[in-house]
Amino acid sequence: MSTPPAAPQFLLLFRHSQEGPDPTPAEMEQIMGKWMAWMKGMGARGQFAGANRLQETGRVLRGPGGQEVTDGPFAESKEIVGGYVIVTAPDLAAATAIARGCPGLDHGGTIVEVRPVEPLPPL
Amino acid sequence: MSPSRPSDPPPADAPAPDSVARVVDHLFRRESGRLVAILTSRLGAEHLPLAEDVVQDALVRAMQVWPFTGVPANPSAWLLQTARNRAFDTLRRHRALTKNSPALAPLIEEAARDALAATPPQFEDEIADSQLRMMFACCPPGLPADAQVALVLKTLCGFGEREIAAAFLATEDAVAKKLVRARKFLRDARVSLELPPARELAPRLGSVLHALYLLFNEGYKASHGDTLLRADLCAEAIRLGELLTAHALGARPETHALLALMHLHAARLPARVADDGSLLLLAAQDRTRWDRTAIRRGLAHLGQSAAGERVTRYHLEAGLAAAHALAPSHEKTNWPHILELYDALLALDPTPIVALNRAIALAQVKGPDAGLRAIASLTNRRTLERYHLFHAVRGHLLEAAGRNAEAVAALQRAIELAVLPAEKNFLAQRKRRLL
Repeated sequence: MSTPPAAPQFLLLFRHSQEGPDPTPAEMEQIMGKWMAWMKGMGARGQFAGANRLQETGRVLRGPGGQEVTDGPFAESKEIVGGYVIVTAPDLAAATAIARGCPGLDHGGTIVEVRPVEPLPPL
Repeated sequence: MSPSRPSDPPPADAPAPDSVARVVDHLFRRESGRLVAILTSRLGAEHLPLAEDVVQDALVRAMQVWPFTGVPANPSAWLLQTARNRAFDTLRRHRALTKNSPALAPLIEEAARDALAATPPQFEDEIADSQLRMMFACCPPGLPADAQVALVLKTLCGFGEREIAAAFLATEDAVAKKLVRARKFLRDARVSLELPPARELAPRLGSVLHALYLLFNEGYKASHGDTLLRADLCAEAIRLGELLTAHALGARPETHALLALMHLHAARLPARVADDGSLLLLAAQDRTRWDRTAIRRGLAHLGQSAAGERVTRYHLEAGLAAAHALAPSHEKTNWPHILELYDALLALDPTPIVALNRAIALAQVKGPDAGLRAIASLTNRRTLERYHLFHAVRGHLLEAAGRNAEAVAALQRAIELAVLPAEKNFLAQRKRRLL
């Protein structure tokens, strides 16, 4: 049995800065609206393959057997990973073009990291 | 003198609000006001800052989470739940530190009750009631009116300091300071969230109505700022006014009069700008573009406003707006009636701006020369002479009297004093016609 080769997937990872002034309710509503429109657009174009928002808690494990445990998301700098979207795109350039539409780039200094998903061999 | 009152006839009106689609149609702003009111009324007035913080946090969370999860079936309940949990956590941490937080008990009880209840609690009555309390709390007599308006916008309408600053042409810093002072006033005066007792109602309600009146005028006047934002100010003033009339305590004749004047003026907003973007005089407005629904609402409130003995300025201004709204054309307007209303308004509020408006009505009834004589005999002319409308009106009447050279000079002065480019253009057009 052979399955057609799956379309390449890319992980768009959103890192949010915790700094900056709070937006006003009206501004938040606008920002949210843009995010929703962006996500919906990806869905309509068949690019959307999954997404999750991550809660702002968690644990960070280090060392053999995870002896070293710290609370909270891993924050290398002031940004933490806030969520991700998986998109389907022909190549990295196309995935980058999709990522460019992320409203977080215009509001609140979100950093978007685009990472190709390594295709898995059939089990 | 305040050139911002919506009395007629305005020289030219502001551009109509664009119909920009908003994804959730001001859900956040509206919920912000509702939730701050309901949490503050449950937690006590001293916890207003906490309520504002946790509501802001809940909105931030919604903004971050909803794009991924979708908007919940009952967004209001989601936001309330989130804000309440946040308040709960904060107070619990606080109690761990101080061992003293009486505000916690009702929250624990409520959380327990909610957990037991199979159906969501019925919030609407409570929310309306708590917003009414908050309205009275934000407008205590003694707090300057501009601070009351800022507090209403921040606390009840979910406006950010940036937006309040933009609406009032102030710096964000100045607005922040004004709010800090206003909150200190509330604390020092121990302003409670109780509805005022009957013996205090008149001054307390008067104070609330005045704040809503200023809020509306700020939105209605065409002098500066973002059109959409200003339309929002008008809409908020009307929303809060309607909320007042829905409660026996607020449904007084003067409240209906204020609502009548707001609806009747708001009805003209869609007709205030021509297709080419220029501003239109009342006389030149396409009356078919006036909002008939708003006019009907205004007239209904005007009818209800007649129940009392006292005639307030709101009654007179609503009467003026109604006279225009009901006139089939500018020419067929009942000018003698308008003149009577201005006479009464001038007796109540003898300010130069009312006197100027009265002179315009007088000119309609008795001719331009009578209007010009009335203007010439105005006291306080010095204040008026710095005001572009004064010269625009004089120019108009001089033109009507056939004194074109003087009219040109008056219009030139008006152009120099006008602030809005649209107003300058409008006046320049009039002037060119006379040359």
